[in-house]
Amino acid sequence: MIALEQHDTKLRMRSRGIFFWGGCRSVTIVFLLDQLVNGFSNGSILLLTAIGLALSFGLMRVINMAHGELLMIGGYVTYFCTRVMGPENFLWLAFPTAFVVTALLGVLLEFLVIRKLYGRTLDTLLATWGIGLILQQGARQLFGPTGVPVNAPSWLSGQWILGETSIPHVRIFVFILAIVVLLTTIALISKTRFGLNIRAVNQNREIASSLGINTKLIDMSIFAFGSGLAGIAGVGMALISSVTPTVGSSYIIGAFLVVMLGGMGSLWGTALAALLVAMVGAIASSLTTESLSQVVALVAVIVFLQLRPKGIFPQRGRSLEEA
Amino acid sequence: MLLKRILIGVAFILLACVPLVFSSYNVGLMGQFLALALVAMSISISWGIGGMLSLGQGLFFGLGGYALAMHLKLVATPKGELPDFMFYNGLEHMPWWWEPFTNPGFAMCAVVILPTLFAAFLGMVVFKRRITGVYVSLITQALVLAFVTLLNGAQPYTSGTNGITDYHTFLGIDLRTPEFRNQLYFATLVLVVLCYLGAKAFLTSHFGKVLLAIRDNENRVRFLGYDTSDYKIVAFAFSGMLAGISGALYALHKGTISPQMIDTSHSILFVVWVALAGRQSLGGAILGAVLVNFLQDKISTLFPEGWLYVMGGLFVLVAVYMPKGIIGTLEPLLSKVFKPKLSPRVELQKEQA
Repeated sequence: MIALEQHDTKLRMRSRGIFFWGGCRSVTIVFLLDQLVNGFSNGSILLLTAIGLALSFGLMRVINMAHGELLMIGGYVTYFCTRVMGPENFLWLAFPTAFVVTALLGVLLEFLVIRKLYGRTLDTLLATWGIGLILQQGARQLFGPTGVPVNAPSWLSGQWILGETSIPHVRIFVFILAIVVLLTTIALISKTRFGLNIRAVNQNREIASSLGINTKLIDMSIFAFGSGLAGIAGVGMALISSVTPTVGSSYIIGAFLVVMLGGMGSLWGTALAALLVAMVGAIASSLTTESLSQVVALVAVIVFLQLRPKGIFPQRGRSLEEA
Repeated sequence: MLLKRILIGVAFILLACVPLVFSSYNVGLMGQFLALALVAMSISISWGIGGMLSLGQGLFFGLGGYALAMHLKLVATPKGELPDFMFYNGLEHMPWWWEPFTNPGFAMCAVVILPTLFAAFLGMVVFKRRITGVYVSLITQALVLAFVTLLNGAQPYTSGTNGITDYHTFLGIDLRTPEFRNQLYFATLVLVVLCYLGAKAFLTSHFGKVLLAIRDNENRVRFLGYDTSDYKIVAFAFSGMLAGISGALYALHKGTISPQMIDTSHSILFVVWVALAGRQSLGGAILGAVLVNFLQDKISTLFPEGWLYVMGGLFVLVAVYMPKGIIGTLEPLLSKVFKPKLSPRVELQKEQA
């Protein structure tokens, strides 16, 4: 209740237009807890987005700006699944479908565009931004500029009451989803034969190739896997916010900062960074406004990169120049 | 080389003839494009020659644009009253940092100094820590996002998403008359030519050569004893200054400035203009800005829905097939046609080789 009231005053202050530097608002513990819970779930989506990026950016030096749009497509796939399966069981269909659809798109993208751009990181950035624009406009024409809602099934719509605060089940679900995806990806890279090949290609492409690894196939499959993860992130995102054509682009810049902050190619770093960014954002938004807190989070990342320009867990190598 | 100079000279003369041929509306449009050509040139300097791709050029563009627009808005507001959007948002007093912008001299100095200082500061923060390449791009992109979020969020102070609008006079001259449009067009053209020549001089000097060397191999230049980050900071600040001037001119031409003209997608669009024509050529940047904007104007009036597809396609086309841009692709062909005459002895040596 107190949290609601707090929120109310915040809204009122906002509508009066004197929200900017916050004034001196008392911050209760409950309100802070609420913000932290929000922070955790935003961090989860951020992490889900960033894992896919960390794969393509960290392992292949490809900046995939269309990643956000793959997220958006995952969201629309979820919407379709609610139409097909009804409001209760759609998630079981949504996860595999979103993964497969976006992974196939990833294959197509790699085959048509990315393949020609290896070694030209900045060009991958421009090309994928263009692809993102096309996908966004396509979604706008197909589904309209306003969002489509996806309601969580009833078994996820409850809340977990914790003293004075409460945590919606959906947010816990998204958090668990992020952890599962993170652990699966780490296991895939560090424990399987496929992961061994990926690491080999990443470390030395020529030698890996001479040992009989199909490097092109590895490239394509990493990219496809990363894209598929974007689809899964899209399902999670659809559960906590409505799906609009531009929803993906609102995550992408933050997600890239998270990858940089974590250190290239380090998934644990990415996870830690996502959590940090979300927490800084959450704490800032309990002190000021939503928009200012985003600014604070972005600037905090840039300041942190001053201290550790290569991220939290930098990859150490002997080469003077970065590839 | 001579041919190139002649071509560029002819292009500028043609641009000067625009007001004689086109209608007032089209002159206004061309003026806008020329104003935007400056920001394209600024990217060509920092990216094409300095190797620092800023995806946040909108930040400097916006600082310049807003600095002038704030002054114009204050002029358009009756004395003793608040600008309309402040009033609507329930503000009772003018914020202190708006006050000095009543002075046109201050505003015009701010147009130049604010973006330059900010770019220099950002350069210091980034390049001194040896952050390079795509990291610079992502950081600048994040910064422009932060700037736009701030502009949108602080509605009582910046008019939010609407941007600053409804100003009609500059130094006592009415902005809407056709005569002024022509004058403004010429003023913009002169400024573009001056900036072009200035930038050329800047880049053909020793400084420019070091900058080029840094782009091609920063570590070697560092081993030769240069502090490369200083060179990069100066170039980045210069580029920021040009972008700021461009923003101010654009605000004058367009009659409004808003966050949409600055945001991440617009900032990256600036880059594509430059990439399309050839990132390493200043003249190419002007050509690219005018060409793409002209295309955008025509296509988006014909097919309002289609422009974004064309634009997206343009990004892919440039990145995949023409990384050197139109000029970079054509130049080798041209120089083949206009091969400089070699002395007979050299020709003979070549044949024997």
